[in-house]
Amino acid sequence: MSPSPSVQDNSANTLGISVLAAALKEAALAALVALGLFFFLIGIKTDQGPTGALVIMPRFEALAMIVGAVFTGSFLRALIAGNKSIMSRVELPAWIVPKLQWAGRFMGAAFLVFALALPFLFFNNRYVLDLGILVLTYVMLGWGLNIVVGLAGLLDLGYVAFYAVGAYSYALLAQNFGLSFWIGLPLAGILAAFWGVLLGFPVLRLRGDYLAIVTLGFGEIIRLVLLNWRDLTGGPNGISGIPRPSFFGLPFDESANGFAATFGLEFTPTHRLVFLFYLILALALVTNWVTLRLRRLPIGRAWEALREDEIACRALGINTTNTKLTAFAIGAMFGGFSGAFFATRQSFISPESFNFGESALVLAIVVLGGMGSQLGVAIAALAMIGGFELFRGFEQYRMLLFGATMVIIMIWRPRGLIATRTPSLLLAAGKAKSASSNRDGDGR
Amino acid sequence: MEYFVQQLINGITLGSIYGLIAIGYTMVYGIIGMINFAHGDIFMVGAFIALISFLTLVAIGLTAIPVALFIVLLIAMGLTALYGWTVERLAYRPLRHSFRLAPLISAIGMSIILQNYVQVAQSARVKPLPPLIEGTHVIIESDVFSVELSNIQIIVVLTTLALMIVFSWIVGKTRLGRDMRACEQDLKMASLLGVNIDRTISLTFVIGAALASVAGIMYLLYYGVIDFFIGFVAGVKAFTAAVLGGIGSLPGAMLGGLLIGLIETFWSAYFSIEYKDVAAFSILIVVLIFLPTGILGRPEVEKV
Repeated sequence: MSPSPSVQDNSANTLGISVLAAALKEAALAALVALGLFFFLIGIKTDQGPTGALVIMPRFEALAMIVGAVFTGSFLRALIAGNKSIMSRVELPAWIVPKLQWAGRFMGAAFLVFALALPFLFFNNRYVLDLGILVLTYVMLGWGLNIVVGLAGLLDLGYVAFYAVGAYSYALLAQNFGLSFWIGLPLAGILAAFWGVLLGFPVLRLRGDYLAIVTLGFGEIIRLVLLNWRDLTGGPNGISGIPRPSFFGLPFDESANGFAATFGLEFTPTHRLVFLFYLILALALVTNWVTLRLRRLPIGRAWEALREDEIACRALGINTTNTKLTAFAIGAMFGGFSGAFFATRQSFISPESFNFGESALVLAIVVLGGMGSQLGVAIAALAMIGGFELFRGFEQYRMLLFGATMVIIMIWRPRGLIATRTPSLLLAAGKAKSASSNRDGDGR
Repeated sequence: MEYFVQQLINGITLGSIYGLIAIGYTMVYGIIGMINFAHGDIFMVGAFIALISFLTLVAIGLTAIPVALFIVLLIAMGLTALYGWTVERLAYRPLRHSFRLAPLISAIGMSIILQNYVQVAQSARVKPLPPLIEGTHVIIESDVFSVELSNIQIIVVLTTLALMIVFSWIVGKTRLGRDMRACEQDLKMASLLGVNIDRTISLTFVIGAALASVAGIMYLLYYGVIDFFIGFVAGVKAFTAAVLGGIGSLPGAMLGGLLIGLIETFWSAYFSIEYKDVAAFSILIVVLIFLPTGILGRPEVEKV
């Protein structure tokens, strides 16, 4: 006799029960781990008591909520995914890649048009203009760092040092020698590039992760020197009263030879804001243009080759030290430009603005955008800085969120959200290199 | 002279703490060749767990300080080890076959997460703890400057020594230590020979985190104040120590820790306290340039 339907039902049931049991077991384990992790740090809060000594207060509801959330989350995950790990990379479906590329071609132009039109659309909205300037500053920083990290594959954790060098160079030159912004800007860039060479020359022989730590150390050294060299930098008080930029010699003020009076416009402080917006937009676009051009030059090809395989590069006769050094110097130069812009926009700088968190933020933008992708970096800067604005009430949580973003992006899409890099060299009718064709990274 | 001896004592105490953290860096680097950027923050988490569990024990009526400290030690080691395990499981294991910079970026993300998680959960204010272990011994009497050795300094150095002995025994004599050394030499070959690589790497993180938590407890007892940011600077210095001593080498980590502690203390004592961190970071750069294999390290062969 054939097995009766009831027997089949039974086996299906036991299968279902065993899956359920396994999921329950896994969830219980996860919850137990979470309980251990969070018991003291979340379950109990320390606070300054009336006498100044610490007192503790239980906060078990929060603990219970988190442990419960971990239990539910891991139970659902185990039920849905079974044994499949969520820790695997997420691939975009194949049909969407060409569409994204098609969209990407227009997206860049669309963003540019939107950026150009923004000051007219929001002329009376200081907040939007300020935010736009901020986002563009990070876009520029991201593109600058992208040369070092994305193209040359050198992890630079001290990028903010060059930003600081640029900002302080311009501020000190303007205050001590009365140089205007338009002379200070290139000088700041050159000085930052000089520092890039100075730092890069001895350390670029190091392996990737050693290099990262050394650049981190360098960034901290610059910050600590700025903080402690009181005679020159004003120490923690910083430098204030940094001159604002002028429009080809016309200051943005109410005087008779100011910008507004010369062009017969009614004076409003927004003019300066709009000018700053276009200034940083122009600087960022120059960064982008230079990067795109450099990628077609032998030096740019050498950078990308270096990122893919250093040993092969050396075997082919590329001078790796010089190649890395140029990437470092050019990246540093753009960092210096944005630093000078930052100084003139804020008109006040202090070492506070140049801590490791800033380096990490710019790095996160580059990583999230897909190392090497220009459009990706711009979108990531918009998402990150704009996202920060959305989370304004939750300042504390935003750093938490972007730390998590860095980890998750590395696990799910290590080549960044927009990992479709336009290849700089096409053999036949080119197929863009997508994340899937280079899944194991740098060819090591 | 008396001043010098006093600084020597202070430097050795500080160096022991750095050495304990440095072991975590050097072990992880030795086995999977990655810089565990979050290790400094694991140390910080360990110090926080110790502080809060101590306060909890006092609150529930355990006032015998030696007993309380012993229980705190066990709790902090256990729970911090759990942090080390979780971090490896979540942020590093999935990336083991990814491209070279991926684990490092993930580790930086993890470090940011841990720092801000503690800041959110326990606020950004500094956490003071009144001195628990008091008493000092005057070693050299002098009218100008008396050299003192405090009980806490003795405890720090003795604990470090004891842990070093236990740890050297684990690495040198046990099955786990043999597996770890095998993984260090060749991960793939070790797995072919039946070493459970995942388990070994996990245990490496667990041990490293447990040692870091001991360093955290001693930091808490020695300085009496912690905040969520102590892990960053201490982490970089301990990493410097690991590199200075030769990354991958355990005695090297301890030696490097002592050297960094001494250099930092003498620098603060004789030059300027403001630039002590600059001194530590500069040493890192100088060592990496001129002595990339460290004092006790082996030269690294680059394989294609």
